[in-house]
Amino acid sequence: MYTVADLRKGLKITLDGDPYIVIAFDFAKPGKGQALYRTKMRNMINGTILDRTYRSGETFEPASLEDRKMQYLYKEDDHYCFMDNQSYEQIHVDENALGDAKNYLIDNLPVDVLLFKGKAIGVDVPNFVNLRVVQTDPWAKGDTSGSDSKPATVETGYVLRVPPFIEEGELITIDTRTGEYSTRVKG
Amino acid sequence: MAKNWPLTRRKEALRGRSTIIQEIRRFFIKEGYLEVDTPLRIPAPAPESHIDAISSGRWFLHTSPELCMKRMLAAGYERIFQICRCWRDGERGIRHLPEFTMLEWYRIDADYRDLMSECEALIRSVIHVLGHGGSIRYQGMDVEINEPWERLSVSEAFIRYSRMTMAEALETDLFDEIMVRDIEPRLGFGKPTFIYDYPAERGALARISKDNPAVAERFELYIGGLELANAFSELTDAQEQRTRFVQESAFRASMNRTTYPLPEKFLDELSDMPPSTGIALGVDRLVMVLLDLSSIDDVVAFTPEEL
Repeated sequence: MYTVADLRKGLKITLDGDPYIVIAFDFAKPGKGQALYRTKMRNMINGTILDRTYRSGETFEPASLEDRKMQYLYKEDDHYCFMDNQSYEQIHVDENALGDAKNYLIDNLPVDVLLFKGKAIGVDVPNFVNLRVVQTDPWAKGDTSGSDSKPATVETGYVLRVPPFIEEGELITIDTRTGEYSTRVKG
Repeated sequence: MAKNWPLTRRKEALRGRSTIIQEIRRFFIKEGYLEVDTPLRIPAPAPESHIDAISSGRWFLHTSPELCMKRMLAAGYERIFQICRCWRDGERGIRHLPEFTMLEWYRIDADYRDLMSECEALIRSVIHVLGHGGSIRYQGMDVEINEPWERLSVSEAFIRYSRMTMAEALETDLFDEIMVRDIEPRLGFGKPTFIYDYPAERGALARISKDNPAVAERFELYIGGLELANAFSELTDAQEQRTRFVQESAFRASMNRTTYPLPEKFLDELSDMPPSTGIALGVDRLVMVLLDLSSIDDVVAFTPEEL
């Protein structure tokens, strides 16, 4: 059982029998009024987006999903292919069902494929993933402010803000819960 | 290069924060206010329905310096201001930190309308020091600071921005939801907005309007959809104040929230307090608006998660 305090991006809950994933979340409190928890959720089966506002004290059932340890193999058209680490069984997941996870899929990445009544409807990636920077502008020498950031494209095509000292070809760690740069991988 | 890059990145914002706080101090001292610093750890926070204090031993970290500052008004201090940390349990989001910085100021022989003008003067003086000219840009929208600010009553705001009247929203218990979803996101664009005259039951420490007993003399200031300040013409009737605190405490008990002892010394001294007005302004949020930053995390050195 979850409470409103557990609400965050990525949380999966059951609503009217269907599994939903929270895709946006905002804590609001109008002056002297009560705390309100504004959430935007995606139905993991049919993709419908719902806006719901909750008050303190409300509770949620976790989504009843089965997760299987698998690894990412390749992309084919708008499907992504994963393989079960034990049985070697391969399954395909729709691009739409992946959400932000597709930003982090590199060959052999270990993931949890989420199944609802036997059907793959989503993928959980590790909290931290290392990806190589394939494009970013060089750092202007002499800029010691250290307070700026610049865009960088990583090998999956995902674009994010990184510190100015990151160069092309470097490996960086990304926090997949926020989609933000976390640290540089040395070596 | 430093490991803590997010902190390195905030250097410019924290410089701006420091400039803003210095200018706030200079403004109030110039206006004849005395800077005070009342205790942060207190035995009895004001019992308000939806504000939860964090306990500290058998006492509490204050949720606002309001009660101590009003005791000073009652004891003869005429104009006082304070910049201090406040704590509110469970409040965390892109605009909330459970530990945040509040500016409060109080003065006697004035009401909430006088404070609207003083708010305008304060923020104009701060943006002048930041070199913004007469307007600021917040998250892509221009806000004119030097022209007269918008003044809109809460009931007008419901008519303008929602499909229900204020009375209907109260009756159906949807006041907060409509405020957050339909009204707040539209306040303070183009120019800052004062939204005033809240339902009487939504200002536990505010004076009821002489012209309309259904509303309290209370306003909030919004810039770019962000709530910056809350002000009252202060309630000085000690008996009425006690009744309201008892009601708020009963509500807290009915919701299984922590109840606090009644602030007896405050209630006892309140009868000495002259007609007064007071305001609380979120300093972190003011910094967000003036530096054009979207998250409260961007204007503090450390968030709780980073400690």
